[in-house]
Amino acid sequence: MNFKKSLLATALVTLASGTALADITIGVSLPLTGPASGLGIPMQNQIKLWPTSIAGEKLKVIVLDDATDPTNGVKNARRFVTDDKVDLIVGSAATPVGIAMADVAMESQTVQLAATPIGLPPGKDAWSFRLPQSNDVMAFAIAAHMKKMGVKTVGFLGYTDAYGEQWLKAFTTEGEKQGIKIVAAERFARTDTSVTGQALKLSAANPDAMLVVAYGSGAAMPELAILDRGFKGKIYQTHAAATMDLMRVGGKAMEGTYVVSGPVIAPLQLPDSNASKKLAIDFMQKYDKVYGEGTHNQFAGHAHDVVVVLEKAIPLALKKAKPGTKEFRAALKDAMETMGRTVVAHGTLNWSTTDHWGYTNDTGVIVKVVNGGWKVE
Amino acid sequence: MDASIASILLLDGLTNGAVYALLGLATVLVFTVTRVIFIPQGEFVAYGALTLALLQTGKVPGTVWLLLILAVVAALMELVTTWQHRRQLVPALKASFKTLAVPALIAGLAVWAAPQQFPLAVQAALSVAVVTAFGPLVYRVAYQSLEAATPLVLLIVSVGVHFAMTGLGLLFFGAEGFRNPAFSDLRLPLGPVTFTGQTLIMFGVSLALIVLLWLFFERSLYGKALRATAVNRLGARLMGISSNASGQLTFAMAALIGALSGLLIGPTTTIFYDSGFLIGLKGFVAAVVAGLTSYPGALLGALFVGIVEAFASFWASAFKEVIVFTLILPILLWRSLTGGHSDEEH
Repeated sequence: MNFKKSLLATALVTLASGTALADITIGVSLPLTGPASGLGIPMQNQIKLWPTSIAGEKLKVIVLDDATDPTNGVKNARRFVTDDKVDLIVGSAATPVGIAMADVAMESQTVQLAATPIGLPPGKDAWSFRLPQSNDVMAFAIAAHMKKMGVKTVGFLGYTDAYGEQWLKAFTTEGEKQGIKIVAAERFARTDTSVTGQALKLSAANPDAMLVVAYGSGAAMPELAILDRGFKGKIYQTHAAATMDLMRVGGKAMEGTYVVSGPVIAPLQLPDSNASKKLAIDFMQKYDKVYGEGTHNQFAGHAHDVVVVLEKAIPLALKKAKPGTKEFRAALKDAMETMGRTVVAHGTLNWSTTDHWGYTNDTGVIVKVVNGGWKVE
Repeated sequence: MDASIASILLLDGLTNGAVYALLGLATVLVFTVTRVIFIPQGEFVAYGALTLALLQTGKVPGTVWLLLILAVVAALMELVTTWQHRRQLVPALKASFKTLAVPALIAGLAVWAAPQQFPLAVQAALSVAVVTAFGPLVYRVAYQSLEAATPLVLLIVSVGVHFAMTGLGLLFFGAEGFRNPAFSDLRLPLGPVTFTGQTLIMFGVSLALIVLLWLFFERSLYGKALRATAVNRLGARLMGISSNASGQLTFAMAALIGALSGLLIGPTTTIFYDSGFLIGLKGFVAAVVAGLTSYPGALLGALFVGIVEAFASFWASAFKEVIVFTLILPILLWRSLTGGHSDEEH
């Protein structure tokens, strides 16, 4: 009797979990606190605007905070694959955390959509795809624009972290191709009280242009220090600085700064030929409607693009397997590698089995700060 | 490097050094009176700068609500301990009201003043008042019941307070940084260096505060009471100096110094919710140079740290923090070789 009962119970549980598993489960790990929280919080905002289902399958989204700490990111990722049995991992938005999570993704054979340009050795990124443009793509856009403006020498002032180092490497290569040389490279940290020393050394080298590599509101202080030393040349900022915080903190002094960005930053000004224009405008309007005029940014855009990618990949994967299974995860990876050119708000993606970066070189848009707003160059 | 670059760097180093000096003094003050190594000193800097930044936007800063919550917690603690001691309701209520009154008054003032867009000076004074009120409450809630604990336990509590304050800072101020408007737009070119109004204010305020502190400790009864507690807690208690009151007064002064430092440094850099930690840590290095006991030593140490930092950022910017914090090793070595052993409990 007892045996029968438990058998029945087991059967019921199996059935119940069977229906639960039909949902598509997405585990999202974001830096909602800690130094990179300025990147994670807008993503969480956008995730709240996600649809409840894709291709007829209900979406179950679990968002966890990794506190910009790789250890927490790995812990979250492990929880996703062992307890929640997710079909897909999204995150993190902080580079060191995203890199650490890639190991779990590979080990558990779960696709990771990283919202940060994580640099991984070849083979290590088999299950990891990047949503942001690579620094190479962005460095290409800056180098091309510099060449157009007749810049030959550049002073580099960047963060002492992975973001700064990756940019230095990317820009050195892309600059060389355009005949542009870095004549001085200096570092600083986000919480520094002064960058006078670095600015002095850079202006002593007297370059045609300066490249400031920093994120969010931290990008204004180094530029102010450079201007304070009487620098008259052009100043470039990277895509992590492409937020209104640059002008909020830096004020009028930021006028004339060139910033590289994805198409989402000022979608209305894009030429109609830009493939992302429609999606980017749609994203901007929906986000700004909920969170306030001019609040949309790059990272919320990445969260938006997750849905665009999934809307294309999930129907393909569903043909091969059911969600919640190992086969479905593999099918999802195959779908992303083979689905071809995909227009997202941030540009045009073209992932393949060998390239999990995917953006084409024409993705980067150079905008200029004019009257406290962005003007597409 | 030529003389003009050296003089610009020197000025930059001295300017930052002046702020580190204030924080170093606060660290020495707190340690000598309460034996607490006060790691969250820097958080008061960030709180001060960011409270002003939010007042500037016309919003009520989250610190005001935190102040109220903390005051209620402290008042309840006061109520319970007084009740346990005396078993009478009236003195217990009186004690808890005394704890609650001042913070509640300041918070009320801040809530009323926030949307009025008062001039910068008024808002600055208000920010200092809000942050200063935190000092005694932090002492009451986190440290007072542990006053007999070893310095190691107090250090661990400090680490906890630091994490709590940074986390709450993120909650109240958000992840993005703020830069406050300068108190003066004056620019005074003198050879290669340009003295900005802000630099002069930083030097002036630091100097004035140091003189005031000196006067306070030399001339006022409260200052002498604090010094007595620093020299010998038990002896001071026997003479009728309440160690709780000295602790709270000390923390109020530390918070006041922190908030003022925040106002000084706010217009020269972008302050984030977690900026305070590194700034405070440099003040701590300065205090360590002084063996955590000497005020003039901390002042010199701070100027030294500031100058080393400025020159390190010119020569080897990638290793700046490494250079500044590695400084502490030879200094500790030198101090332990020359200092000899002290039987005091510090």
